[in-house]
Amino acid sequence: MLSTEEISEIEAEAAHYPRRDAVCIDAMRIVQRHRGWVSDDSLHDIAAHLGMSVTDLDSVATFYNLIFRRPVGRHVIMICDSVSCWVMGYDRMREHLGTRLGIGLGETTSDNRFTLLPIVCLGCCDRAPAMMVDDDLHSDLDPQKIDRALETYT
Amino acid sequence: MTPVTDKPLTKNMRPDGSVVDIRAYEQADGYQAVRKVLHGGMTPNAVTDAVKDANLRGRGGAGFPTGQKWSFVPLGNNAPTPTYLICNADEMEPGTFKDRLLLERDPHQLIEGMIIAGFAIEADVAYIFLRGEYVLAAERLSRAIAEAYDAHYLGKNILGSDYSLELYLHLSGGRYMCGEETGLLNALEGKRANPRSKPPFPPVVGLFGKPTVVNNVETLCCVPHIINHGAAWFHALGRTHDAGTKLFGASGKVKRPGLWELPMGTTIREILEEHAGGMRDGVTFRGLLPGGASTDFVTEEHLDTPMDFTAMAKIGSRMGTGTMIVLDDQTCPVGMTWNLMHFFAQESCGWCTPCWSGLGWVERILTSMEDGQGQPGDLDKLASQAKMWGPGATFCALAPGAAEPLQSALKYFRDDFERHIREKRCPWR
Repeated sequence: MLSTEEISEIEAEAAHYPRRDAVCIDAMRIVQRHRGWVSDDSLHDIAAHLGMSVTDLDSVATFYNLIFRRPVGRHVIMICDSVSCWVMGYDRMREHLGTRLGIGLGETTSDNRFTLLPIVCLGCCDRAPAMMVDDDLHSDLDPQKIDRALETYT
Repeated sequence: MTPVTDKPLTKNMRPDGSVVDIRAYEQADGYQAVRKVLHGGMTPNAVTDAVKDANLRGRGGAGFPTGQKWSFVPLGNNAPTPTYLICNADEMEPGTFKDRLLLERDPHQLIEGMIIAGFAIEADVAYIFLRGEYVLAAERLSRAIAEAYDAHYLGKNILGSDYSLELYLHLSGGRYMCGEETGLLNALEGKRANPRSKPPFPPVVGLFGKPTVVNNVETLCCVPHIINHGAAWFHALGRTHDAGTKLFGASGKVKRPGLWELPMGTTIREILEEHAGGMRDGVTFRGLLPGGASTDFVTEEHLDTPMDFTAMAKIGSRMGTGTMIVLDDQTCPVGMTWNLMHFFAQESCGWCTPCWSGLGWVERILTSMEDGQGQPGDLDKLASQAKMWGPGATFCALAPGAAEPLQSALKYFRDDFERHIREKRCPWR
């Protein structure tokens, strides 16, 4: 069941489009903001609310990088693997994160604290290498800076 | 000190990175161009003509003449309704970080540009299509849009005129294809961001089947200044016929990576050596991608080329987004090409065979080369793939864009590719 709050947020966005199903990406983002990810149940509820088929909605969901169809940890780390960050030391940063957290890309720590995901260019190339943790951008990374940043997410 | 009008796009920006709010924007003559258009009796065609005369070319990378794009939209009482204006703020081209600055630091400049562009094409509804990762830009744009509504720059009968415009912010679900003009339209309709067949072109049949103009952030930000100061002034800002200023940037192992508003036509060398400070100590320049991942490498021999759409095309590359990615001698050119092909293969939407099939194949060949498994015929395979990607072989520019760094890497760094195969290893590992 979608919550009243989720429905009212979806309806506010839906007013921006002439067709109801156009809001489906916003709707999934809204539900994800409340629940962390988009489960099969959420997908069914959103599809029913918007009068779409579940299959159509899932084909959209799986197309987009920022819509999570699997559960994620309390905090999502997105490390930029595009060209400027790659030149400036992405491999070392990913290895450091992997060692420190004990997980690879696409995985979640056993305490459910962090999920590590790759992301394309974050538009922060002059301060590469870069990563986002939840809504925060961290740039000019080195292993010590990564360690300090991670400590602030509990 | 150069007069402020030499850097119109960044003149209001504060050193501390804080946002220019509506009051500060108005105090810096902000929204005067909207007043001039709406209260000065300008017609939509007059606005479009002013932008045409200024030779404003699209700053998203393709360089299409903006006024010409606007002129394709049907106007008047018999035109289909509604007409849409979309700002493409889906800055996802690897190595590109220019629109972020404009969005975060001076959002009202963009909104003013959109109101004027909207008036020129008689748009009823406008969207800013923003990539989902630009969280700070989203916060600041939302606030700026609310401020603009409160001050009657948006909504019904703007500043008491007959013109009305609704402006909405859409946050993307995240995919490189959303930056492609027709992929963006599908994304905004709540679909997968596959490209559409053209023609018909979006100015005639676009969002929800209605006339639609899609313009880049930096392009729209130029518009108020052209209206305020005129085409001759805009031409005088640039050093070449591709008029105006341009946000140029540099990333990679240069001394001072960054972003600078400079005259269009500033040479690559000046950007690289004077503004970015040249290479870091201990590394040597080998080449650069002039404007994002989907532009051809250039090398030492090209450094005195002016960065503009025309001159960069003449040397077999493109200015693209104007933010250059520098390759140094401590970085493997094959590895860098692998990284680029990995990106394009991952972001291919899967619609056209040369793209989904070819990019994956090329990525695998480059992976094997990096792992010491390269074969003698590999370079021919890579070259033939780059040819097969177009232009003209696919619906959109993703694969032709991917071909640019691949074909030019094979041209300028051929020895390095051959060495990987011959020595059965990556010499940089």
